[in-house]
Amino acid sequence: MPEPFRLLVYLGGIMAFVGLNAAYLVWVERKAAARFQRRPGPTEVGPAGLLQPLADAIKLLSKQVLVPPEADRLLFRLAPAVVMAPALMCLAVLPFSERLGARDVPLGLVLVFAFGSIHVLALMVAGWASRNKYSIISAARVVSQNVAYEIPLLLVVITVLMMTGTTSLREIVDGQAGAFWHWNLFNLKVNPLMPVTFVIFFICLLAEMNRAPFDMAEAESELVAGAFTEYAGMSFGVFFMAEYANIVVGCALATILFLGGWHSPVGLLPGLGWFLLKLYALIFVVVWVRWTFPRTQFYRLLNLSWKILIPISMFTLVLTSVMMKLF
Amino acid sequence: MLLEKTQIAETGPEGQEMFVLNLGPQHPATHGVLRVKLTMDGEYILHAEPVPGYIHRMHEKMGENRTYAQFLPNTSRIDYLSAMHYTHAFVGAVERAAGIQVPRRTEFVRVLTSELNRIASHLVWFGAFLLDLGGFTPLLYAFDDREQIMDLLEGLCGARLTYCYYRFGGLYNDVDDEFIEGTRAFVAYMRPRLELYRKLVTDNIILRKRLEGIGPIDANLCRQYGATGPVIRGAGVPYDVRRAEPYSIYPELDFEIVVFPQTDCMARYQVRMAELEQSLGIIEQVLDRLPAGPFQAKVPRVIKLPPGDTCYAVEAARGRFMVRIVSDGREIPYRVKLRTPSFANLALFEEATRGMMLPDALAVMGSLDLVIPDIDR
Repeated sequence: MPEPFRLLVYLGGIMAFVGLNAAYLVWVERKAAARFQRRPGPTEVGPAGLLQPLADAIKLLSKQVLVPPEADRLLFRLAPAVVMAPALMCLAVLPFSERLGARDVPLGLVLVFAFGSIHVLALMVAGWASRNKYSIISAARVVSQNVAYEIPLLLVVITVLMMTGTTSLREIVDGQAGAFWHWNLFNLKVNPLMPVTFVIFFICLLAEMNRAPFDMAEAESELVAGAFTEYAGMSFGVFFMAEYANIVVGCALATILFLGGWHSPVGLLPGLGWFLLKLYALIFVVVWVRWTFPRTQFYRLLNLSWKILIPISMFTLVLTSVMMKLF
Repeated sequence: MLLEKTQIAETGPEGQEMFVLNLGPQHPATHGVLRVKLTMDGEYILHAEPVPGYIHRMHEKMGENRTYAQFLPNTSRIDYLSAMHYTHAFVGAVERAAGIQVPRRTEFVRVLTSELNRIASHLVWFGAFLLDLGGFTPLLYAFDDREQIMDLLEGLCGARLTYCYYRFGGLYNDVDDEFIEGTRAFVAYMRPRLELYRKLVTDNIILRKRLEGIGPIDANLCRQYGATGPVIRGAGVPYDVRRAEPYSIYPELDFEIVVFPQTDCMARYQVRMAELEQSLGIIEQVLDRLPAGPFQAKVPRVIKLPPGDTCYAVEAARGRFMVRIVSDGREIPYRVKLRTPSFANLALFEEATRGMMLPDALAVMGSLDLVIPDIDR
């Protein structure tokens, strides 16, 4: 297949994948939440409410895009466009299986984190441009939360990098081939605290994705809808979709870095199916956590990062380097 | 809502840049149309000014223009979550002034339904409070349990929320076997549920971290502002109208006044959770001792109270609710004064939240269990 054509197919594929995931993760989340809360969830539109996301999308598209008179028009309209882009770009470098993956960039891991930070910028712009006090408080929270959690996240990633010795995501996955004890998660020879590292990574992911119990940006009982308060119709819908797209990217990254990507846990038949299975299992955990725990306070969230997560991840980093030098 | 237009130009004492944040009247955390004007420095609250009045319906004035029987349904709409207690206070005041002797069975049924209503009210608070703290799931669990109480009371008097079940000298309707069996089944069902809530919610580490040591309201502050109910009992003061100013058959019943001395949000939370347990105990005692007999005393068709001043206080779900009726001998009262607990509990909000951060202040507001129509009446 000629290269430009291949890239075009991948672009379409990734956009479809993100769109489908964003729409149907909403359905999954609503259904799962309903089950946690002893109610049926969406049932009316389509069988088991399966067409509900479609109905919601049509409703949101048919709504007027309101811009508050005092808002910064350009930035206000720009923010929804910016928020969606990084998730799509991240997916371009993520390998889904041995043969599936748009681009294998040698610096793939660095690229994902570089793009991931743009998401924060978009939320900040959205909050700032709305000229709403709740939005601005939310924007300030998003920035300090993401700065605080980027550090332990990157410390953990450096630990993984030291173990794998490469920033290419494909090579990281290839390094974990074989049964599940080859996964980075269970690479206890190099770092006996690897499961702890994974938990820190997952907590940081939740914070970076602004998911409960760390959903400070849109803490609805405090900040109404946070940075999205002034957004109506599909411009709100885009933020909503971006949240789910980021969950997909984050969980896919966790799968690649720690859970052996597309490799089967028993060493047989590696493939896309295993990747998706691990991905959706992690996404389910994200949903599960949201509907189980109350929200923390904002200052406690920062304390958790600076006083607990950063020291621990620093320690695992040092431990890993010492272990690698010794053995 | 616009940043520039409401910004205060002056700076605070230490060069703080202050701004005014309108919390409400349309805000998810105020559970109604309460508006609180917050003067903030960043996320710190410098001054909180509650602005009530958005749902004022002139209940007291309406009381001066209606006969006692006509005003009776109003009382259940003041605090729609503890309608039984409010009706009880008004009915009790009229009975006390007119010297009506209430049959014993009626008193037992009143206590029974009041305590059911208290459980329903505390369950709503439990769900709404957790919702304020960002946990959505307990709300649905609590409403599921509350639904059973509402079904029971609906079977008694037809209403699900604004019961007008008590009448002067009696009740609208006698309780039937179906209700008594249903209540027994509910008590048996509810005890394990409370245990479930303890495991699921009370012992949750995030919840404990959010509530312990947050928002201290001490006994002195409660006295200054007249706070009652779970708020004062969470400050370590064993004040309960059921014991302090005994009414109905409460002196004969065996129950504890739940007191937690820590004064923080967790203490108020635990007071209410323990009160659920106590109310279940009261219901069991009443069911065991329910006497037979008439449920309605002989009451004149047109009630005219002798000239004078009568008070009747009850322990509503949120604290002391008192009705004061001043009569000049006509069939319409001269003055009806309603002393509502939420109003007094809200009054201390400003002092309790000074210097606090926004999420903690909202936890305090949730722990006060405010019902906005009860503040405004």
